[in-house]
Amino acid sequence: MKIHQLSLFLENSPGKAVEPCRLLARAGVNIRTLTLADTQQFGILRMIVSDWEKGRKLLQEAGYVVNETEVVAVEVDDRPGGLASLLETLEPSGVNIEYMYAFTFGREDRAIMIFRFDRPDVAIEHLRAAGVNVLPDVEL
Amino acid sequence: MSFLEASAPDYLPLAQMRQLQLARLRAVAARAYQNVHLYRTRMDEHGLGPESLCDPSDLGRFPFTTKADLRDTYPFGLFASPMSEVVRLHASSGTTGKPIVVAYTREDLEVWTNVMVRALAACGLTRGDVVQNAYGYGLFTGGLGAHYGAEALGATVIPISGGNTDRQIMVLRDFRVTAICCTPSYFIHLVERAAELGVSIRDLPLRAGIFGAEPWTDSMRRHIQAEGGIQAFDIYGLSEIVGPGVAIECSCQDGLHIFEDHFYPEIVDPESGEPVPDGAEGELVLTTLSKQAMPMIRYRTRDITRLIASPCGCGRTLRRMARISRRSDDMFIIRGVNVFPSQIEAALLEVEGTLPHYQIILTRQKGLDAMEVQVEVTPEFFSDKVGALEGLHARLADALDHILGLRVSVRLVEPHTIQRSEGKAKRVIDRRES
Repeated sequence: MKIHQLSLFLENSPGKAVEPCRLLARAGVNIRTLTLADTQQFGILRMIVSDWEKGRKLLQEAGYVVNETEVVAVEVDDRPGGLASLLETLEPSGVNIEYMYAFTFGREDRAIMIFRFDRPDVAIEHLRAAGVNVLPDVEL
Repeated sequence: MSFLEASAPDYLPLAQMRQLQLARLRAVAARAYQNVHLYRTRMDEHGLGPESLCDPSDLGRFPFTTKADLRDTYPFGLFASPMSEVVRLHASSGTTGKPIVVAYTREDLEVWTNVMVRALAACGLTRGDVVQNAYGYGLFTGGLGAHYGAEALGATVIPISGGNTDRQIMVLRDFRVTAICCTPSYFIHLVERAAELGVSIRDLPLRAGIFGAEPWTDSMRRHIQAEGGIQAFDIYGLSEIVGPGVAIECSCQDGLHIFEDHFYPEIVDPESGEPVPDGAEGELVLTTLSKQAMPMIRYRTRDITRLIASPCGCGRTLRRMARISRRSDDMFIIRGVNVFPSQIEAALLEVEGTLPHYQIILTRQKGLDAMEVQVEVTPEFFSDKVGALEGLHARLADALDHILGLRVSVRLVEPHTIQRSEGKAKRVIDRRES
């Protein structure tokens, strides 16, 4: 139930983010969602794409350093308190969230959260037990 | 022990070798005195001549020849043969101003081919090997030197020259290449690129690499041997003396045997020019013993090494020189501190275990020297977590600080952003105005 996220190292300078996006676009790989973590010097572009294996191959062949991480995609109610109650279900598990980002994706009253957990399997178990919808790759 | 006939001088008894060297030293001094104005003037000034040589050690009384002498006499001023006997010219890439030009008679080319045959044989190459020669062909001596040596050995030579990495990888795989000649940094680039293309160099028939034209380290060798699944040999040479083939590692990989029947080595203190004690480190000085078109007497190579006189496991009696650790002119001074690129390498290696691609940028900001070390991020150290990369950055800065005693800035850069050279890697970019 874990999904594959691709991460790229980018230098923090104008125009750096457009190249990998263009590359994926030309090959018909769709970027479902992305987030850019930035420091003064460099950035890490994290993406969920429609075909991660093809995306990774393309990017590697173009010379990018690509890291592939397993993350967890979870449906959350798009209303005040939606995220808070989701996080509450995780509290007893003791898993740590390394980072997370959200997107809404044509699901009317629902949003999707992407989590990078230190122990994804434990997190998934707890979420499932609480009746939270953990999404597989195909539904993204 | 079986060896090629050409390799016989590699096993010459010591006394015989010294005798041969003395006879050849006298001949080369005579040739230089008779035919080259600069040598004649200098020998006269010191009251020296070919007859001053009663023992090879008497060579130490003769004045040095430097790269500046070659520039000052550009292009043909040090030639000892008329142009009608010169059959080949090569030139080195001059980093400043004019290049230096070197000449060969037909006999000189035969000697060059002979030492290259012996060099490749020492690396275990033989008839039947398929040699991909990725040194640049042209004015640079690397390409043609390795080419004729491998051909004379009876190997199959692929004269692919430098560049076009994807094609190099295709040829390496499709032509069932067993040995490659190039710079060590280019080979590392080649292995990296092959991995991106899904080709594992380790699984190809390639078994030996003959790497030279730039200083490299033992940890680079370990990396190359592990990643490439090959034995990596260090070859040494310089255009001023002959080109590649001055010295070579044997299967013991413990120092480079100098082809002493053609090149006479000395080690001197780079500052004072005085000989160093036996076995001590210093600058390599070479004298050609058989060159006709362009004899070199006590040429200052600027390469720092030491001589190893103890017997080698391979049975060759040729003295060895330690792997070149650095060049005396690679050194730069930053805020009053002497820095060698090899120190930067040591710091990077300490942190990452293998040497990443790096470059040193020197600038001057408001009158103050600044140094930035740019380091390419490798797949092994890249992480999707910011903290992990910031940790890497801090460890690199600390290791540099520790080794240099100097705080320098470190910048992590994207892979492939530091220019790959097909010849010698350019490690230092000095943007300070002089």
